[in-house]
Amino acid sequence: MSKAILIDTTRCTACRGCQVGCKQWHNLPANRTYQMGTHQNPPDLNPFNFKLVRFNEHEQKDGTVVWNFFPDQCRHCVTPICKDVADMAVPGAIIQQPETGIVLFTEKTALLSPEDVKAVTDACPYNIPRYNPQTRLLVKCDMCVDRVNAGLPPICVQTCPTGCMVFGNREEILDLARKRLDYARQRHPKAFLCDAEDVNVIFLLAEDKKYYYKYASFA
Amino acid sequence: MTNHWIDIKNADAVLIMGSNAAEHHPVCFKWVMKAKDNGACIMHVDPKFSRTSARCDFHVPLRSGTDIAFLGGMINYILNTGTWFADYVLNYTNASFIVGEGYSFDNGLFSGYDPARRAYDRKKWDFERGPDGEPLQDMSLRHERCVFNLLKKHYSRYTLDKVSAVTGVPPEMLLRVYKTFCATGKPDKAGTILYALGWTQHTVGAQNIRASAIIQLLLGNIGNAGGGINALRGEPNVQGSTDHALLYDNLPGYLPLPRADWQTLADFNSVNTPATALKKSINWSVNRPKYFTSLLKGWFGKEATPENEYCYSLLPKGDDGANYSYLEMMEKANNGEMKGGIIFGVNPMGSFPDVNKMRPALDKLDWLVCAELHHSETTDNWRRPGVDPKSVKTEVFLLPSAHRIEKAGSISNSGRWILWFDKAVEPEGEARNFADIFVPLLNRIRNMYKMDGGVFPDPLLKLNWTEKFDPEEWARRINGFFLKDTKVGDKKYRAGDLVPSFVNLKDDGTTSSLNWLYTGSYTQEDGNKAKRRNPEQTPMQAKIGLYPNWSWCWPVNRRILYNRASVNAEGQPYNPQKPVIEWDGSKWVGDVPDGPWPPMALDEGKLPFIMNSDGYGRLYGDILLDGPFPEHYEPVETPVSHHPFSDQLRSPVFRFFTSDMNKFAAAADERYPIVLTTYGMTEHWCGGGETRHVPDLLEAEPQLYIEMSHQLADEKGIKNGDGVLIESARGKVEAIAMVTVRLRPLKVMGKTIHLVGMPFAWGWTTPMCGDSTNRLTLTACDPNTSIPELKACCVNVSKCEKLTEIDRPKKDQK
Repeated sequence: MSKAILIDTTRCTACRGCQVGCKQWHNLPANRTYQMGTHQNPPDLNPFNFKLVRFNEHEQKDGTVVWNFFPDQCRHCVTPICKDVADMAVPGAIIQQPETGIVLFTEKTALLSPEDVKAVTDACPYNIPRYNPQTRLLVKCDMCVDRVNAGLPPICVQTCPTGCMVFGNREEILDLARKRLDYARQRHPKAFLCDAEDVNVIFLLAEDKKYYYKYASFA
Repeated sequence: MTNHWIDIKNADAVLIMGSNAAEHHPVCFKWVMKAKDNGACIMHVDPKFSRTSARCDFHVPLRSGTDIAFLGGMINYILNTGTWFADYVLNYTNASFIVGEGYSFDNGLFSGYDPARRAYDRKKWDFERGPDGEPLQDMSLRHERCVFNLLKKHYSRYTLDKVSAVTGVPPEMLLRVYKTFCATGKPDKAGTILYALGWTQHTVGAQNIRASAIIQLLLGNIGNAGGGINALRGEPNVQGSTDHALLYDNLPGYLPLPRADWQTLADFNSVNTPATALKKSINWSVNRPKYFTSLLKGWFGKEATPENEYCYSLLPKGDDGANYSYLEMMEKANNGEMKGGIIFGVNPMGSFPDVNKMRPALDKLDWLVCAELHHSETTDNWRRPGVDPKSVKTEVFLLPSAHRIEKAGSISNSGRWILWFDKAVEPEGEARNFADIFVPLLNRIRNMYKMDGGVFPDPLLKLNWTEKFDPEEWARRINGFFLKDTKVGDKKYRAGDLVPSFVNLKDDGTTSSLNWLYTGSYTQEDGNKAKRRNPEQTPMQAKIGLYPNWSWCWPVNRRILYNRASVNAEGQPYNPQKPVIEWDGSKWVGDVPDGPWPPMALDEGKLPFIMNSDGYGRLYGDILLDGPFPEHYEPVETPVSHHPFSDQLRSPVFRFFTSDMNKFAAAADERYPIVLTTYGMTEHWCGGGETRHVPDLLEAEPQLYIEMSHQLADEKGIKNGDGVLIESARGKVEAIAMVTVRLRPLKVMGKTIHLVGMPFAWGWTTPMCGDSTNRLTLTACDPNTSIPELKACCVNVSKCEKLTEIDRPKKDQK
């Protein structure tokens, strides 16, 4: 049974507990960052941030303000194209755990050539993989596979205070996602689920992806 | 909080005002979102569109410091539209009380004002009283001087147009909030108000909250599920520390601080024990002598005897009219009237107002003791930028303190729940928790007094003190003991047994308790109730998310205060779907009621507001120093020269200091035309003294910023990410521009007023992240609480080409 996460952005308060929790669980060092005129920091995913809350604000025609939060991470595609691409170069560099569907970048990613790394990165519809030049590894969210295999939810889900993120078996999460969508549409008629059939990390957005992040959704 | 966190989910309308709840209390939003799921309308009224606003149904920007105008407009709306809860207002509030002829209000001033003292004679505001000394009432509400009619008259001035002109909120937005929130004036509806420092940190802070109390009483929203006035307390134990007298004007359990003119215990008790002739009033404070004597027995043990008035004479007494707030302390330090000090658990050189005054004032101390996790702007004040350490005489002792996860004890949350936590890890190195610093320190001082004598050793030597700190022991002492064998009902307690409830505390020296509100938290029968984690509840309790067996809350495990106001005279819930308590014919079921007495309709029935001597909720009251009704006054620094409610521009009684260093900009000063409001954020804890040392948090919020509108940025030629210099009459600060649609110019009194916002989480000890925003803020205070006006002052901004306090990424450096 595949595992899945629902990220209902209509419930996110951008507290960034998930972003910080992810770093702590994975023992990732902090980047030196600067205030550049946005709360979004670090500015992008990087070898030390597998989870990043993106901030996007706009003013509507009626003058009301909308501030969208997008807790970005690997979608753990049902059929991961990154794995297909990597398999052609270094089999085993990217694997999918059969019992959970979790997509993992292994130590063998260090064997990928610069061209292979670019091919894998370009193949990802969500702009997720990041290359660490020091270790020569390709890295990203592992859905806390160690926790999941021990029967625990991923740390980001564990940390979320508002119920924006929910973890469970794929079928249950899909069910919940549809229910949440119906509910969200009462306030946000344009709400939709991002690529729900193809990914195991399903985002619910309140409006067009351009108001969140250009790679928020493929479809 | 009158209510508690879970109870927010029961609300039909949630007004978040004076608080950025989602950012400062992230977990509380779980319950706000549940209320929203249940169909509640969530509203955020705040100068800035924040992460809270993002999750609300709508956000209303208002000018900082105009909350009373906004709320006064709502009171006027309620009275004009008849949306008040008539039964509740008539029976449970003082609407019918007749105010004496001494009361008047004219052009912004209440009667009794003495301009020389900048103070009111509050006796002028007293009620008209009958021969028994009780206020006269007119239940028909026709008397022109009854509270209800004075309230109507006072707030009839708060018309939509005037409120809109002052607050900058368009009339239709005002109406949208008023209509939505006042729809909860129906018996079976509830609206909650969540507030925090956005209301308190003003020269009219206490009156902001009074205005919300008037609204909630008119709408019948106190005592019910999903209602209340809910102060979101900051650092998780702010509630507990105030319960245990962190503040300077009271003793544990909110007993008053003894004063020099109360030289004997009898004096103290006669002044502080209110009386009432009203048969229906419980007048709970009549029990104060029992709590106070038990406190003295707790402090002085066997040394406290009836003959020596339980050692009352050993307590320090406040001088009449003296104020002991931290701003007063700093003023004394500045004037050279203070030799040394102990600063624990706070970083005043970053978080006090006007730190340009505070920092040199601290240099005037001979010695200073700090206990901290990390070096802070306070511990290292002697080597701050621009100061030669050799020129600072202060000898500073920095003690390494334990982190809160390195100690065991209790935390009292905003809902008054007392929750025990265990020590997770041992403190590193020589670090100790505060108690393990204070207890040995006091023991050394006691020994010195024993060996060397002294002028007045008794207050220390007669203390019922301890050799070594044990949190469980102090939890028991706080609860209190029987000091002789006692029978309660059929149950026998021996001397040394724990007292089961504060109703068993005595004023004859046979009981002790270090805080009457906590009596019942640690009992002979159930042990330490702060450790309870039992989710059992009755089906009735399940309807409103009441968990009486989970931890324990003061008072007597009552989860919703004034819950007798949630039922009618027969004891039946006004909202049967969400009942708090209910009279089943012989007893109350549900929550713990405010006393066991039967409902109002029965002979023995009692009024709900048991902490007020007359038993009624106060629409009008003479407690606050700045007026019986809240009235709009401008912040001390204001961008306008007049307002439409009166010619009294600022509060006539706000507190301020007269030394040279205190500067305020004139009203509508063209040099400082922009309103600045300051705040914290999710990622850093208050002044950031702890969290700036957590790399993952500093990564997320690395440097000081200033949020401003696109319109202001365009006017000043500032682009997003540019360096900005912010100047007030008191100082200059560098920050990075965050240009955003989340702030917007407001139309105020016909002028366009810009508002900017800055957090205060950074300081110079963290390299190149910016220094304290409080170099801009001012030391003007609320007269009741002495809280400084940190939420509103006036500044100007300009583009800063060469930053000296904040570094930039390499590619941007020239």
